[in-house]
Amino acid sequence: MNGLVLGGTYALLGIGLTLIFGLMNVVNFAHGEFYTLGAYAAFATLGLAGTHFVAAVLAAIACGVALGAVCELTLLRPLRAESIDTTMLVMIGVWITMQNGELLLWGGVAKSIPHPFPTAPLVLGPVSIAPLRVFVLVLAAGLIVASYLLIHKTQLGMAMRATFQDRDTAALMGVRIGRIHTATFAFGSGLAAAAGALLGPVFLVYPSMGDLAALKAFSVVILGGLGNLPGATLGGLLLGVAEELGAGYVSSGYRDAVGFVIIILVLLLRPAGLFAKQERIG
Amino acid sequence: MTRAGRVVPVLLALTLPLWLASPYFLHVVIMAGIFGILALSLNLLLGYTGQLSLGHAAFFGIGAYTSALLTLRLEWSFWLALPGAVAASGLAGWLIGRLALKLRGAYFVLVTISFAGVIALVSVNWMDVTNGPLGLPGVPAPALGPWSLRAKSVYYYLVLVAVLLAYLVCRRLVASRIGRAFVALRENEALAESVGVDVTHYLVLAAVVSAAMAGMAGSLYAHYTRFVSPEVFLFSYTVTMVIMVVAGGKGTLAGPLVGALIFTALPEALRAVTSWQWQMLAYGVLLVLLVFFLPRGIVPALAAWRARNAP
Repeated sequence: MNGLVLGGTYALLGIGLTLIFGLMNVVNFAHGEFYTLGAYAAFATLGLAGTHFVAAVLAAIACGVALGAVCELTLLRPLRAESIDTTMLVMIGVWITMQNGELLLWGGVAKSIPHPFPTAPLVLGPVSIAPLRVFVLVLAAGLIVASYLLIHKTQLGMAMRATFQDRDTAALMGVRIGRIHTATFAFGSGLAAAAGALLGPVFLVYPSMGDLAALKAFSVVILGGLGNLPGATLGGLLLGVAEELGAGYVSSGYRDAVGFVIIILVLLLRPAGLFAKQERIG
Repeated sequence: MTRAGRVVPVLLALTLPLWLASPYFLHVVIMAGIFGILALSLNLLLGYTGQLSLGHAAFFGIGAYTSALLTLRLEWSFWLALPGAVAASGLAGWLIGRLALKLRGAYFVLVTISFAGVIALVSVNWMDVTNGPLGLPGVPAPALGPWSLRAKSVYYYLVLVAVLLAYLVCRRLVASRIGRAFVALRENEALAESVGVDVTHYLVLAAVVSAAMAGMAGSLYAHYTRFVSPEVFLFSYTVTMVIMVVAGGKGTLAGPLVGALIFTALPEALRAVTSWQWQMLAYGVLLVLLVFFLPRGIVPALAAWRARNAP
């Protein structure tokens, strides 16, 4: 059950990352920092201003979207013609900058986000779970469904899918690629921030929390295949459960190794991802 | 380059401990040398074959741990432990090369990151051998017969010889058939393959040489600081190496060394005026600016500037 809660947020992270990679061909190493940003935004609104939890999550998403858009417009847009290695280096720079900015702003001490839910677990037959985690799972599921609706039912989503399939043709059909890129990066960053705001109250909030999150997001994306949305969702759930099982049955010290091992194994054995139809590698 | 342009740096390097008395500055120069070897080794992969490895700290760490363990547990001398570290890292490079070099671009990068992550977790969790997060203190300083090389001014020459060795290996390799094969693979892999360049063979070779050099740097580092902990696997080491190579000029021989000098001295200079967080923040901003304004690096930019202003 805890695996599903983790998995839901991993899926959110993975969807954002896979969209950014698939559509923009940018390996976003700063993805984990948007996750951290979301957690701190939730901490600021919930812990300091004392708003409702849902409002805090919305505020976190707004922060993620805004900063994501700024990032895309100032850094990625001028480099759109450059190679994937160049943008990757820029994103590594953004990652270091954001992480240390957060360290300066909030200090290195881990903070816990207060939440309004009772701590006594709900007991449903054989499973017992904290109400907070149920809430997190529900919100995460809601956000995943919302992103599906956005991508499959709206005009923006259609333009995004068109760009994903063939950028040049989409441009010829009147899709403004620049805007789609900004929207995608902002959307992906917003999802990452939401994941941070959701997991923040479950764990602790600290500046380097994004490193592990980024790693998890990469494992999820690789598990599902780069640019594959349903793959990322399933991959997220799978990784969450696999980690809980790995921590439970092998050793909790190696819990985070599960992600690394998955990346290596999947890339070596099925480089297109577990659920891929077909995709060119490399 | 003019004759004086060559002789002066060599003389400066040879006599450095004589006129640079401060142990602190000497320490900075020694670290610059160790990072210079690392940058040279990464450049072989990133600059010449065009493969970005973000797991290079793993090879550095494997070298440091191997050397420390061989001297501490088996009581080997430094002069045997150093080749041992080089061999262990080279072997790891061969393994990763065989496995990961079927992949390209982002996929290769991710495998190298994951590899470094797994190795770092092993170093933290395998208490019996690595002593976990506490690390291995008391790594002996190397000795030459009855003389200990512990003093900074003496260790400096050891590092200098190692840097020179690494530089000469790179120069020899790059100028050879093998180096031309590397560049051919970087520029156009399909074309290179069609004229008979064995892709996997050459990429694995580059990975092995690169990893072995990083292992040498690791061993030198372990016996210099005389303490090894899982911190040697920190991702920031890898990032530092990448910055050095990219800033100095990837695919040039002098670039990584110039980058290593600048980016070892710069944080030390910044440390005097600001705190550690600001320093890392400046690092991130600098990396972004570099990609924007000097995408090819300092050494190529200087060369282009000199070519423009030549009479």
